[in-house]
Amino acid sequence: MSFVGHQPPPIFKRGPAPLARLFVFVAVCLALLAADLRFRYLEVMRNALSVVTYPLQMAASTPADVVRNASRYFGTLIDVQLENADLRRLQLGAGERLLRFEHLEQENAHLRELLQMSRRIETRSIAADILYNAPDPFARKVILDRGAQQGVEPGLAVVDANGVIGQITRVHPIQAEVTLLTDRNQSIPVSVVRNGVRGVLYGVGRGMLEMRHVLADVDIQPGDQLVTSGLDGVFVPGLPVATVTRVNRDADAFARIECEPLAAIERSVQVLVVGRAAYPPPPPPPETEGGR
Amino acid sequence: MQPTNRSSRILLPVKLWFVYLTLFAALGLEYIPSGRTPGLPDWVALVLAFWCVREPLAIGMGVGFVFGLLMDVGLGAAMGQHALAYVVLAYFTNSLARRVLWFPAWQQALHVLPLLLFSQVLMVLVRLLAGAEFPGWSYFLSSFSSALLWMPLSLLLLLPQLQPVERDDNRPI
Repeated sequence: MSFVGHQPPPIFKRGPAPLARLFVFVAVCLALLAADLRFRYLEVMRNALSVVTYPLQMAASTPADVVRNASRYFGTLIDVQLENADLRRLQLGAGERLLRFEHLEQENAHLRELLQMSRRIETRSIAADILYNAPDPFARKVILDRGAQQGVEPGLAVVDANGVIGQITRVHPIQAEVTLLTDRNQSIPVSVVRNGVRGVLYGVGRGMLEMRHVLADVDIQPGDQLVTSGLDGVFVPGLPVATVTRVNRDADAFARIECEPLAAIERSVQVLVVGRAAYPPPPPPPETEGGR
Repeated sequence: MQPTNRSSRILLPVKLWFVYLTLFAALGLEYIPSGRTPGLPDWVALVLAFWCVREPLAIGMGVGFVFGLLMDVGLGAAMGQHALAYVVLAYFTNSLARRVLWFPAWQQALHVLPLLLFSQVLMVLVRLLAGAEFPGWSYFLSSFSSALLWMPLSLLLLLPQLQPVERDDNRPI
């Protein structure tokens, strides 16, 4: 049957051995993991693949949306009335403070003009609802119901009524992902309200925060309020973040400062996405590399 | 594909579009936002393991890799985390394929359970190495609930293959 130069029909051909293919696939996966976790190279690939997953995700989240809206619709009248009375009371207090605030803001602008200081940073904000916890169980992230179409951008701060809860890390067309401050990979530059000492606040898991890179002999006490310093050029300065709960100075050169977040980080529902109206120009390049 | 020792039925050949349809349906189930309820089964891993056992020639590591990446993108996990777990899962279930089908369904589930657990352990190791927080032991409940679903799911997924082509009272089988 077989002619000279003809291959036999590929009945028993099955490509490379399974073990070899396993090693190739595992190597590719490890390379992807390294590229994503260490260097954050893969956002382009993620966006490309989300073309496939996005319609499926939208379809899958529809039942959850229906359940949520239905429970809101059938909430009892008494609950709504109580909440309304509460909100009226809060509104009165807030309105009175707002009047004073507007007066102070005008006065502040006037004084700054007299002193010929630069004006304060203009901010913009977007109100949003937290839809649900992100499904990845290894990170503390939540999903917002506002996205790129409403002007949300990566890097903006997310605050609730009491303080910062996190930062936008990924933006989809109509949703955005917020990494909470308590995530172990999240950090935020802060300063102490009382004396302006600067440091960086890191999540340590279990809902707690830790301020690092502060020397042991720096004046910082339990009860001190921490606000964003705005030195990163991303966060708006002056947003309340946390209070210091414990200071341990006998570790080594740096103090161990434990902090408790002011905002209800894992429980808040209504939040505000806050960002600068315009980003500051990039800093000038350093003149000499060896000078540092 | 092949008859098992418990049933003398000869199954119809599987339709490849049905395999992919069930995989995408599992992916859709996975995307339903459920917060972080522990113990929800990993639908994609389960359906993938099922087809790897049933159709080892058609479904294997390549399919596991692609659906793992889709999981990573959809769940916002690290890129390659589920892909790695599913590739390893597909390799082991493929190599078990000839043996597992000789057991009744609940023993098949016992065969698959350690493989599901192993794939979860891989994911935990990868993320812990990258500096993430340990999600708690309840994370591994998902494998057990998946294994519990093995029997009902295998009935469901084999349903299209169980229909005879033509009903004939005089047919020997």
